[in-house]
Amino acid sequence: MNKAIIAWTTVVGAAAVLIGCATAPSDADVTAKATQMLKASFKAKGQAGLDRLDQDETQKLCSEYAGKVPPKDVVDRIEKANFASIKWPADGKLLGDWKNGEKIAQEGRGKQYSDDPKGPVGGNCYACHQLAPQEVSYGTIGPTLYQFGKLRGYTDETRKYAYGKVWNAEAYSACSTMPRFGHSQILSEAQVKDLVALLMDPNSPVNK
Amino acid sequence: MMKSRWRAPTRLAVLTFAVALATDAALAQTSTIDEIAKYRAALQDGNPAELWEARGEGMWKQPSGPAKVSLEKCDLGLGPGVVKGAYTQLPRYFADADRVMDLETRLVWCRVKLQGMSEADAKKNPFGGPNNKADMEALVAYVTAESRGIKMNVSDAHPKEKEMYRLGEKMFYFRGGSHDFACSTCHGVDNQRIRLQDLPNLTTTSGAQKAYTTWPAYRVSQGELRSFQWRLNDCFRQQRFPELVFASDASIALTMFLAKNANGAAFDAPAIKR
Repeated sequence: MNKAIIAWTTVVGAAAVLIGCATAPSDADVTAKATQMLKASFKAKGQAGLDRLDQDETQKLCSEYAGKVPPKDVVDRIEKANFASIKWPADGKLLGDWKNGEKIAQEGRGKQYSDDPKGPVGGNCYACHQLAPQEVSYGTIGPTLYQFGKLRGYTDETRKYAYGKVWNAEAYSACSTMPRFGHSQILSEAQVKDLVALLMDPNSPVNK
Repeated sequence: MMKSRWRAPTRLAVLTFAVALATDAALAQTSTIDEIAKYRAALQDGNPAELWEARGEGMWKQPSGPAKVSLEKCDLGLGPGVVKGAYTQLPRYFADADRVMDLETRLVWCRVKLQGMSEADAKKNPFGGPNNKADMEALVAYVTAESRGIKMNVSDAHPKEKEMYRLGEKMFYFRGGSHDFACSTCHGVDNQRIRLQDLPNLTTTSGAQKAYTTWPAYRVSQGELRSFQWRLNDCFRQQRFPELVFASDASIALTMFLAKNANGAAFDAPAIKR
């Protein structure tokens, strides 16, 4: 009789597990299936290959937290790894030409499959930030950067922060919406320097 | 002591000048936004989408394809031939196909099953361009127009519908590509703009309702009627992803997520946009 009870318990238990699986797949299962489905739903075009869908650890973790700030240990892990990967300029110079920087900030093309792979490639900074006050067509996804250097002071520390932030925003703010312009090889070292000049040169219109 | 400070009148003048500058910039922006609002209002007077709707209706009723039959027996979910309100309940699970389909996927299905077209032919040329009329966009215009004024009512009662919704939600937050962008990068927060373009927050009911119920739309800047499939396709282009395949599973999952989030709002398209 005991055996019969055990057998029945097992059958009912197994059925419960099966029903459980059928009604509510785990979050990890859904993530895995969504990723697989995405990869099967795109085709390579122009300069955008299917490898664009291969996530690095930062992308994977930030997707997992669905637009929310991850727990502190995850934030620390993301920021530390990204900070360690920043390539600082070999010549030690952080500021380029702010006039070039303004052009790069205005330029929206680059990396889309519809863009010429030979360029131009810009940072499209005005899509999300206010910079020079003359440009009224700016977005608000990121904070205003008007008077970036003037307000913070033209110090080595701030110049370094500006360079690092443009190079790899995830090093300072995990799961930031800002692209990692240097790290992901969107912009060259010289272009990042020009953007730092746009933010940090006292003669830049940003600081007027 | 006076050396390090400006005399009061000078200080006042400088201050006034600074305020004037700041106000100018603010005014310039306010007036730009006002002008865009006026432009959008002016657009509402007449909508060329009607041309696509009329062409689509003709195509729906015209016998065509190898089988030389019309689409009038096509079941969009409410029974063969019922077009009125069908779009407000899509995507949905179709037992005959044993899968969840959005409007375009179902139209492809009907063109294959009823009209005898090959799947490749039915999926060909989904988006129009200069000197290129796309049949699919006309059909979409006709069917969606027949849902105008009817409330969005997408179901997730079937397990496959529920699954598609969850998959679409995951995809909405999937960060990838050269720029680390996800749909949520631009569409996850209230009251944000890209340049001067307002961005709907698609994670809220009101945001999803406002956005989803106004697609398809006639895009003035392109001179084309654009379907929701096109909207997703072009978002991913700007996201720096490869190309989203027309009527692919991911496109259906994302549509399921957004359409269901829009439930309760009256459908109001084809609309007209800049």
